[in-house]
Amino acid sequence: MIAHAIFFYTFSLIAVVSAIMVTASKNTVHSVFFLILDFISISCLFIMIGAEFLGMIMLIVYVGAVAVLFLFVVMMLNVAQQKNQWFSGQATSKHIPVGLIISTLIFFEIIIVIGGWKYKPEIFDINNSLAYTSVSNTHSLGQILYTDYIHVFQISGMILLVAMVGAIVLTFRQRSGVKKQSYIKQISRERAEGVEVLEVQSNKGVKIDD
Amino acid sequence: MEYFSIVFQEVYKILFLLVPVLVSVAMIVWLDRRVWAFVQKRQGPNVVGPFGLLQSLADALKYIFKEIIIPSSSNKIIFILAPIVTMTLALIAWAVIPFSATQVLADINVGILYLFAVSSLGVYGIIMGGWASNSKYPFLGAIRSAAQMVSYEVSIGVIIINVLLCVGSLNLNDIVIAQQNMWFVIPLFPMFVIFFISALAETNRPPFDLPEAEAELVAGYQTEYSGMMYAMFWLGEYANILLMCAMGAILFLGGWMSPIDVYPFTLVPGAIWLILKILLLFILFALVKAIVPRYRYDQLMRLGWKVFLPLSLTWVVLTASYLFYFNLLPVN
Repeated sequence: MIAHAIFFYTFSLIAVVSAIMVTASKNTVHSVFFLILDFISISCLFIMIGAEFLGMIMLIVYVGAVAVLFLFVVMMLNVAQQKNQWFSGQATSKHIPVGLIISTLIFFEIIIVIGGWKYKPEIFDINNSLAYTSVSNTHSLGQILYTDYIHVFQISGMILLVAMVGAIVLTFRQRSGVKKQSYIKQISRERAEGVEVLEVQSNKGVKIDD
Repeated sequence: MEYFSIVFQEVYKILFLLVPVLVSVAMIVWLDRRVWAFVQKRQGPNVVGPFGLLQSLADALKYIFKEIIIPSSSNKIIFILAPIVTMTLALIAWAVIPFSATQVLADINVGILYLFAVSSLGVYGIIMGGWASNSKYPFLGAIRSAAQMVSYEVSIGVIIINVLLCVGSLNLNDIVIAQQNMWFVIPLFPMFVIFFISALAETNRPPFDLPEAEAELVAGYQTEYSGMMYAMFWLGEYANILLMCAMGAILFLGGWMSPIDVYPFTLVPGAIWLILKILLLFILFALVKAIVPRYRYDQLMRLGWKVFLPLSLTWVVLTASYLFYFNLLPVN
């Protein structure tokens, strides 16, 4: 049990410190790296409470895909320029009140959730929690997700799909005058279309346009 | 005291796993160069030791004695961390690989997800190295590899779903045991081909070695690295390749299971069969390196997103419908 506690406090310490460092570090790329560290330690905590499926999915989706794209975008930004504008602690910054409002909101939401556990213990019934059943994590998640909550699950999938299609539509632009490889055209080309045998007359030449 | 003995036992087990993996990585580099040479009618490394087997050790010694140069404009902490991350991630994944029904370091419920997660984290070593070098070619290589690895991960994930549909468990040992009657390479052969090609792309092997395309990017993300740090990148890369081969062997070739379930074959320990299957896949990897020219970047992206992803998704629907229709779904 002591080893368990040691690991728990190590991971949560790393999680909290790196979460602070995400906002505190001057370099945006460093912030993303701290975010990744945060994700990893959170998924370690998930695994520690027996939610191994959630922990692994967190690693795959957030660290393996989302954070890579974050990093991808942030690296492309001009970090040196940004440092001067955003992070020099200007008194007139308009981000601070907005951030304060959002963080207070999140704080109260967390209070409500924890209050629910505290004053209505039947919500967090330990006998029904996944860690204490013989069925594996993945099985029980699947059984809940694809039976009771199938519509919610499908709707969330549809929302993601719409977001994806929307992003593609917004960024898609048809560029003209760009040479593009068309595989079907390339493969289905016959010799007769590409090659033409001409009799070249002396002192006349041939026209080889287009 | 009891606690320490448990820790000691585990450390012993880990060493017993990692040292062979590291040695086999060195050997596999030699094998790669030999196969490559034989395809091109050359001899390959054949001087150091019998058949040149000790060539990799000689190379490693050379790297150890070289000076580690850290560019003055680089981001030093991340620059040093990058090869360590690559190497560590390539090695920790071996924890879940089953060498027989009992010989596995961590027999976890979500083994295949763990493998997938670790292999998808592998991109960070490359991005960190490329960005921290603060130089054009490494950065270009890193950006390329980030896009490439994320794209091919998607199709590998869908292929894994195919196998999981037939198994009904995420445990690697269960996946192996489910192939007792028939290896998945037979019913899921197209998926095996796609997995193999995606594994090539995921490990930045030719013909998809665009992150380190030496003709365009000097050495890609490794350009600024020298000495042991370069060697660590290199070791991590080959350990990743071996890992991908092991993953292919477990998902499609029956893992530690003997090919025929008859008397003389069942005596051979499972580890030997797994190693033979990994070697078979690795020789295929090496052959591909020797005979296929490098892809262009847009072709690579097209192949990943427009060919492999739809194909493997369609196959998921096919597999699921087949299993559902014939009532073969593994329900427990």
